[in-house]
Amino acid sequence: MSKIHVTTTVNGDTVEYLCEPTETLLDVLRDRLNLTGAKEGCSTGDCGACSVELDGRLVSSCLVLAAEAGGKTVATVEGMAKGENLHILQEKILEHAALQCGVCTPGILVAAKALLAKNPDPTEEEVRFWLAGNLCRCTGYDKIIRAVLDAAAEMRGA
Amino acid sequence: MNMTKRLRKTEGFKIVGTRPQRPDGIEKVTGRALYGADLSVPDMLHGAVLRSPHPHARIVSIDASAALEMPGVRAVVTSADFKKQAKFFMQDTLDNCMARDFALYDGHAVAAVAAKTRKQAEEAAAKIRVEYEILPHVTEVEDAMKPDAPILHAGRSYRNIPEGNNANVTNYVEFGHGDVEAGFKDADLIVERSFKTAATHQGYIEPNACVASMGPDGRGELWVTTQGHYMVRDFCAPFLGLEESKLRVTPSEIGGGFGGKTTVFLEPVALALAQKSGKPVKMVMSREEVFRASGPTVSSWTDVKIGMTRDGKITAAQAKLRYQGGAFPCGTIALGAMTAFAAYDLENVQALGWNVMTNRPMQASYRAPGAPMAIYTVESVVDELSQKLGLDPLEVRLKNAAKKGTKSSYGPTFSDIGLVATLEAAKNHPHYRAPLGPNQGRGISCGFWFNFGGNSSVSLHVSPDGTVAVTEGNPDIGGSRASISMMAAEELGIPYDKVRTIVGDTNSIGYSDTTDGSRVTFTVGIATIKAARDAIRVMKGRAAKVWGIDEDAVIWEDGAAKPSGPNAGEFPPMTMEEIARNAFKTGGPIAGHYEANSDGAGVSFGVHLVDVEVDPETGFTKILRYTVFQDAGKAIHPAYVEGQMQGGAVQGIGWALNEEYIYGADGRLQNPGFLDYRIPVASDLPMIDTVILEIPNPGHPYGVRGVGETSIVPPLAAISNAVSRAADVRLCELPMSPPRVLAAIDAKG
Amino acid sequence: MRFESPATLEDAIHLLANAKGTARVLAGGTDVLVQMRLGLVTPDLVVDIKGIPGMRDITPVDGGYRIGAAVTGAEMGEHAGLKALWPGVVEAMELVGSTQVQGRATMAGNLCNASPAADSVPAMIAADAVATIEGPLGLRLLPVAEVPAGPGKTTLTKGEIITSIFLPARPKHSGDAYLRFIPRTEMDIAVSSAGVSLSLGPDGMVEFARVAIGAVAPTARLVEEAGAALVGTQLDAATLDRMMAAVRAACDPIDDKRGTAEFRTKTAAVMAKRAAKTAFARAGGKS
Repeated sequence: MSKIHVTTTVNGDTVEYLCEPTETLLDVLRDRLNLTGAKEGCSTGDCGACSVELDGRLVSSCLVLAAEAGGKTVATVEGMAKGENLHILQEKILEHAALQCGVCTPGILVAAKALLAKNPDPTEEEVRFWLAGNLCRCTGYDKIIRAVLDAAAEMRGA
Repeated sequence: MNMTKRLRKTEGFKIVGTRPQRPDGIEKVTGRALYGADLSVPDMLHGAVLRSPHPHARIVSIDASAALEMPGVRAVVTSADFKKQAKFFMQDTLDNCMARDFALYDGHAVAAVAAKTRKQAEEAAAKIRVEYEILPHVTEVEDAMKPDAPILHAGRSYRNIPEGNNANVTNYVEFGHGDVEAGFKDADLIVERSFKTAATHQGYIEPNACVASMGPDGRGELWVTTQGHYMVRDFCAPFLGLEESKLRVTPSEIGGGFGGKTTVFLEPVALALAQKSGKPVKMVMSREEVFRASGPTVSSWTDVKIGMTRDGKITAAQAKLRYQGGAFPCGTIALGAMTAFAAYDLENVQALGWNVMTNRPMQASYRAPGAPMAIYTVESVVDELSQKLGLDPLEVRLKNAAKKGTKSSYGPTFSDIGLVATLEAAKNHPHYRAPLGPNQGRGISCGFWFNFGGNSSVSLHVSPDGTVAVTEGNPDIGGSRASISMMAAEELGIPYDKVRTIVGDTNSIGYSDTTDGSRVTFTVGIATIKAARDAIRVMKGRAAKVWGIDEDAVIWEDGAAKPSGPNAGEFPPMTMEEIARNAFKTGGPIAGHYEANSDGAGVSFGVHLVDVEVDPETGFTKILRYTVFQDAGKAIHPAYVEGQMQGGAVQGIGWALNEEYIYGADGRLQNPGFLDYRIPVASDLPMIDTVILEIPNPGHPYGVRGVGETSIVPPLAAISNAVSRAADVRLCELPMSPPRVLAAIDAKG
Repeated sequence: MRFESPATLEDAIHLLANAKGTARVLAGGTDVLVQMRLGLVTPDLVVDIKGIPGMRDITPVDGGYRIGAAVTGAEMGEHAGLKALWPGVVEAMELVGSTQVQGRATMAGNLCNASPAADSVPAMIAADAVATIEGPLGLRLLPVAEVPAGPGKTTLTKGEIITSIFLPARPKHSGDAYLRFIPRTEMDIAVSSAGVSLSLGPDGMVEFARVAIGAVAPTARLVEEAGAALVGTQLDAATLDRMMAAVRAACDPIDDKRGTAEFRTKTAAVMAKRAAKTAFARAGGKS
């Protein structure tokens, strides 16, 4: 079985890797690129913990083959903060105590960022349906939804 | 000084009660926090487990020769690689990790492989040849109690089991007082109902994972996602034949547990593979393995009979609870029988309970283990009685509520408890008076949990610049490092951000019981406060030494030592920073320690109100509004208290509406994934409103009660009562999935 | 396993036609990767078609739209023209999986996966959509209803690929809708579902209607009697009762972990009724 050589962009940096044809983007991020922010919660696209953006589109990295990422841009939670400045969503998640165990948090952040890029002024219902694929078992979602709505308002300058 | 005031503080807090950011927050929002599966070490192997596809079979033989010849394979282990245990509970836990002679449920581990890659390990595991002799199986509680049921293991029943039960019935309990038969004669109305609840899973998002390494000298290292690393050590060391102190267990960040990570599954297996291969071994469960082989709750079958007078006084109450806790004896039934009637002040009460073994995974704790399914049945019948007698269900609960001085249904007499205050808060809340539309219903339920105390250790070190490093031994599952830092800062009189709390490994801090039983903020809180007081004592001594006065003449206020009065001498306050800076000249490093062995955790009550709408054409239930009222004793960090209340409520909503373990006639689990094991998603829910009550717990210096578990108890009955009223038909089985609700509506005609 | 991402359709067909063992087309991958992970399929060859020209395009043709096989649900939802013409088909596709899945999943993939519960398929059948299939023997057109052959099986032959799906033009005063029943509000597989497409005559009466149902038979199916029941009416209660009876009569579901046969049958009719009302309102109908 021969490996596939892939060149791609992750969080703005050009990276190269060799992967097996069956490896997923999540496998490569975690095991080859040491980016463990994306989590494997199910590996079947049902939990959202592995959410990343692929060419600006929110996807489950467990449902993308690593070989498919060639020539594309990948954005993970590790790329959200700029230097020591957290993204507003990161700040709001902390401010609202919108995490308990925190294992779903990277996926929630990436998904919420994609939402606000597409819809800067979402309703509560829109946030809830957009994030329906990001399971959280600790919080009951209440504080997460509030944090995202608050971040949206702040990003709009409201 | 007034000693009571010194020991109990219920007001005048500076930090307790505020909402600072958690110390581990930045790591968790940037993806840097390391969870169980996030560690990789050099030259590491990967483990994979071969699991039984049969619910019940004798393992005739295991042939690993083909697997050992596969590329990359370094070791194979089976039950033969572990030490036999003297105690039943230890042996059962080990047998659950790796089947010995018999596979007892679908997914039971039979062998494990370590190889260079996970894929190689999985492929090799599939090459292990196991010869099974298939045996008849049983997965449902009512079937397992039948005289002709397949027997899991004979000879495991406790001696007090009443005659007429088969060998699957292992535990029997009785609680109560008074004369229920006499009480029923005084009732104007008696309702008797039979209920069933499905087994549910904790549903933590982070699958079980660990990295183990072992040297030939008997020293081991284990990195693991767990609620209790001492617990892991104390299981694994004897399973592997190690001395406890030679196995160092380091807890990773934990991605949810809810009780499910209070035992071991992969950990001893990874250590055995590491021992045999001489290499570090990483093991991570797939989601399917999590569902098939890690801890679901018990499922239950319960009969409840309650008598009430026309004006709503309960005259007698009786419950017969039968729980199945999987393939081994299980004590959860006792917690169910103890909690069933805990919210009530009853003259005549009886709760009887039976535990039954089935071909299912060994039950693991799940948030208030045993209580939700018990209280669901009682709160359903109380609601039905209220409805039939035309009484306000909240008033009926107030009329019968347990209070200070009540002899509880499980024995002890309650001291200061918050149930009446919690019910009053619900009664006075706008939610209780909000109008309801067609097909809508409102439900209410009380909930209860004991809360635990137990053992925890804290070391508090004052650094030379006067900041504080706290090390404690309880994995932080929901923000406890924040509340512990807050209590340390409060006691020391310094700002919150001058304290950093970390969770130490088994070698860097003393023994600490598992993070469970809603015990951490309570017990670690006590240990922290007392460790801080220990450090204050040292610091007062240093100031006294510098000032040349007696130690008793020094007080501690606002983070500084001060002379106790004019007679003690005229000295300006000596700040913690000054004392710390001079520590090496005044007697050496400054620290405080405390090893708590605490009692008096203080029981916790909650009341939940829920409005639902039921679609009469599909049986679909929509949650419209939800409010949680709960006594926290004292909320150290109110945002995380609310989070516990909201999170528990939503887990309960899932349990009430859709979550269930579904076994086929073949004894195999049919829904081992998040697609068909349906936990609530964001779009299923409204905001979960919370009302925190603070009835101080006399057993804690700040009045803290545990808050983590009570919140999962009331939703089951609250939603069932709401659905029953909305659909005008009494539901007696969980989950109330749409097919079940629609069938009930249609049967009503 | 071999992974190929050919640049031309000819190469893709050649690869698939000459594959030894199990071959899979990869468009969005949201079914194939799950099946691989769960060990349900172990392909020897995976052919990624996303790099083939045209596969990612939504093209206006003859008043309708041709939707390339690799167009994602999210892209369909962002296409104003398509959404205006066939809102029911677009909303059906948008119900497939989470936002994350929407970023990858394709309608052609949803069709080829051949799940009886596929959300987009009843909507496409109601819309009379046609699949363009290209293979070693050339090009053929096949009504969407004829693509699935049973759970997990299609009528495609070795080397054939669905390259696009055509949603036709429609008269003025037309509307379509799709509804499914699931136990939660998201993230579930349909327990029952119905797609309805209808057009109104100048008198405001339904002139033409197609009703298709999903998750209640081995494949999604058109219920001609249900559509016929709507014609010449404004969806009065008696009409809807007749239509629901026709739907129930056409159901042949299984009992499984997701729902009983009885429940599926009952709710399929309820979904059809509600979808018909929405389609009627979208067509500008007044009852």
